[in-house]
Amino acid sequence: MNSFFSHEVPLSWYLMLSAILFSLGVVGFLIKRNLITMFMSIELMLNAVNLSFVTFAHQWSAVKGQIFVFFVMVVAAAEAAVGLAIIIAVFRARATLAVDRIDLMKL
Amino acid sequence: MNVYLWLIPLLPFAGFLINGILGRRLPKWLVTTVALLAPLGSFLVVFVTFKFSIPQPKNLHIPYNWPYFGLPCTESLGQWISAGLLHVDFSFVLDQLSLVMLLVVTGVGFLIHVYSVGYMSDDEGYARYFSYLNLFLFFMSVLVLAGNALVMFIGWEGVGLASYLLIGFYFQKKSATDAGKKAFIVNRIGDVGFLIAMFLLVANFGTLTFSEIATKLGQDPGWQGGVVTVIGLCLLLGAAGKSAQLPLYIWLPDAMEGPTPVSALIHAATMVTAGVYMIARMHVLFNHSPFALGVVATVGAATAIFAATIALTQNDIKRVLAYSTISQLAYMFMACGVAAYSAAIFHLVTHAFFKALLFLAAGAVIHSLGGEQDLRRMGGLWKKLPVTFAVTTIGVLAIAGFPPFAGFFSKDAILYAAFLQGPNGRLLWAVGVVTALLTSFYMFRLWTMAFLGKPRGEEAHLHESPWSMRGPLLILALLSIGGGWIGIERASGWFNMERFTGFLAPVIGAKSAEGGSAQLELTLSAVAVGVALVGWLLAYLFYRERSIVPARLTGALPHGYKLLSNKYYVDEIYGATVVKPLLGVSRYFLGWVVEAGVLGGLATLLAGGVRFAGAIVQYWQSGNLRSYAAWLAAGAAALLLFLLVPWGVVWPASMEFVWKATGH
Repeated sequence: MNSFFSHEVPLSWYLMLSAILFSLGVVGFLIKRNLITMFMSIELMLNAVNLSFVTFAHQWSAVKGQIFVFFVMVVAAAEAAVGLAIIIAVFRARATLAVDRIDLMKL
Repeated sequence: MNVYLWLIPLLPFAGFLINGILGRRLPKWLVTTVALLAPLGSFLVVFVTFKFSIPQPKNLHIPYNWPYFGLPCTESLGQWISAGLLHVDFSFVLDQLSLVMLLVVTGVGFLIHVYSVGYMSDDEGYARYFSYLNLFLFFMSVLVLAGNALVMFIGWEGVGLASYLLIGFYFQKKSATDAGKKAFIVNRIGDVGFLIAMFLLVANFGTLTFSEIATKLGQDPGWQGGVVTVIGLCLLLGAAGKSAQLPLYIWLPDAMEGPTPVSALIHAATMVTAGVYMIARMHVLFNHSPFALGVVATVGAATAIFAATIALTQNDIKRVLAYSTISQLAYMFMACGVAAYSAAIFHLVTHAFFKALLFLAAGAVIHSLGGEQDLRRMGGLWKKLPVTFAVTTIGVLAIAGFPPFAGFFSKDAILYAAFLQGPNGRLLWAVGVVTALLTSFYMFRLWTMAFLGKPRGEEAHLHESPWSMRGPLLILALLSIGGGWIGIERASGWFNMERFTGFLAPVIGAKSAEGGSAQLELTLSAVAVGVALVGWLLAYLFYRERSIVPARLTGALPHGYKLLSNKYYVDEIYGATVVKPLLGVSRYFLGWVVEAGVLGGLATLLAGGVRFAGAIVQYWQSGNLRSYAAWLAAGAAALLLFLLVPWGVVWPASMEFVWKATGH
């Protein structure tokens, strides 16, 4: 074992990765027009947060963070189920998934 | 031994619930059974309690150990209010005073229930009527049994409610609903007095329990006048409202719109005596304030003669009786005013008998004549309605004060007690005697006009009332004859009311009659009887066949007659001075300025503001998902910026930079 492998990956690397993933999610959500892509961006954001949770949990040897990850995953799964159902319903009704054209609520 | 005091109010309440909720679906006989069992059960409980509360004479051989409990006995059904030092329980107290009242309330109440079975038999609201009547008995027994002023107030308000419901029983008639409202509102004015008195009691004595108030008053002789007087006057206002005394009597004559048995039970025998009962209950307080007592006596004397004069000219048989009730209640107030509380309660009892009798007899007459109430269209009824005629005669003799009928003893006790109270008492006595003359006159006027002479109306289907109505009449007639004898002390020979006073003495305290003697009492009662005879004679002269005296008299004194037959224009005066201004304030100030202006304006302003803000904010609601997302992200970014950047450091530094950069 050399010293390179004996060292852990430092905390800041994980956090940076998490931040990059989150920002990608935000940007994707803001600039994409397709509903499914936006939906995937949300998943990306959630998982970025999950990553930082796990990181801190490992760092502080606390199990709470990992528990939170499970909660987030459960919510994300539920949200995916409901969200996809809504998306399918929207597509059937409007024959499009472009958010700019789904604007019935506009005044 | 256990006394189930709570049963007394509970039974009528159960009757009220059963008939009130299910009455329309139950068969009529069941409604009748429930309605009659409730007061009968209460009466039996009271009667048994009464029997067991009297120690039996020792020399009497009693085969078993007679259970006996001492009065007063208190029963608490749990705590109601506990705030700081003030504790109020749902407590019932049975003492001699409440026992006498309960016997009257449930006894006469039961008789009138029986009578109502016949009187109301054809009415559509049969079950409703009896449920209200039972409700009344419930609240009345709560009022009587109450151990503190607040529980009494429950009953006080409750009987007002029952009275309102029953006055407005024929709710299709506008005059009936109006009369109900009038009774309720006028009583509310009195209730304000009662409430203020209770607040003052709490503030000054820290308790509302009657016995504790009495103890605290007894401990300190410094309680004299001052705040005690104020409390007494406030209580008097409440009593005047409930017992229809000046200036709040105006609701009682109108209350005759209700069914006649209701007039007998509520507006003659029981509810209207609640004011007298309350004053007797609070007598310790009044005894500490001679001024308040003086006012009570004055109110009583003024009302007595006032109402009696109005009764002279009324032609509606029930209205004559209503004014007579006011006048008789005023006698009781006079008795309270001279601190002769037991005389007041005595008159209360006998009055309950003979006035209930008179009202029920009047009801029988009205029933037989098919709803005719005008005395001028009656006459000659004695041949057609012999039973009714006989009992009415007994009632009239009783109220006019002829021995040995009940009214004689009690009225005499009051006049005697008043006479012994110095010069002011003599004045009261004189007023009482004049009122007795007027009473005798208008009662015999009623009697003569209704029963003697020749028939003046049609009499196609004249018939005597059914037995359910005649039975209570006969029992009440017996009570009107013998009811006064409870006041006679067998041993002492003459008819002072030692026995009755002695029974009430533990509650009220025996009052020593200074300067009184059997000789004096005999003289005074002779005067009273003489006056009553004069009244009878005058009534005979005035109202016998083809008498021209009334016409000549009204011709000689047109204004006097008009004043009396219009009841001194009191309703008109109140209408002009109280009702009209109040209505004006309500309609124009409260209705237009406050309601439409202030409240409506505020509401309009609020709605306008919300609409304006909405008009601006609605532009955020673009319906575009991505714009929402952008706002969200911008908001999160701003929040992060606000939280993460150390503004305390950055702001001064940047200001300094700007300062330097501008060349300083």
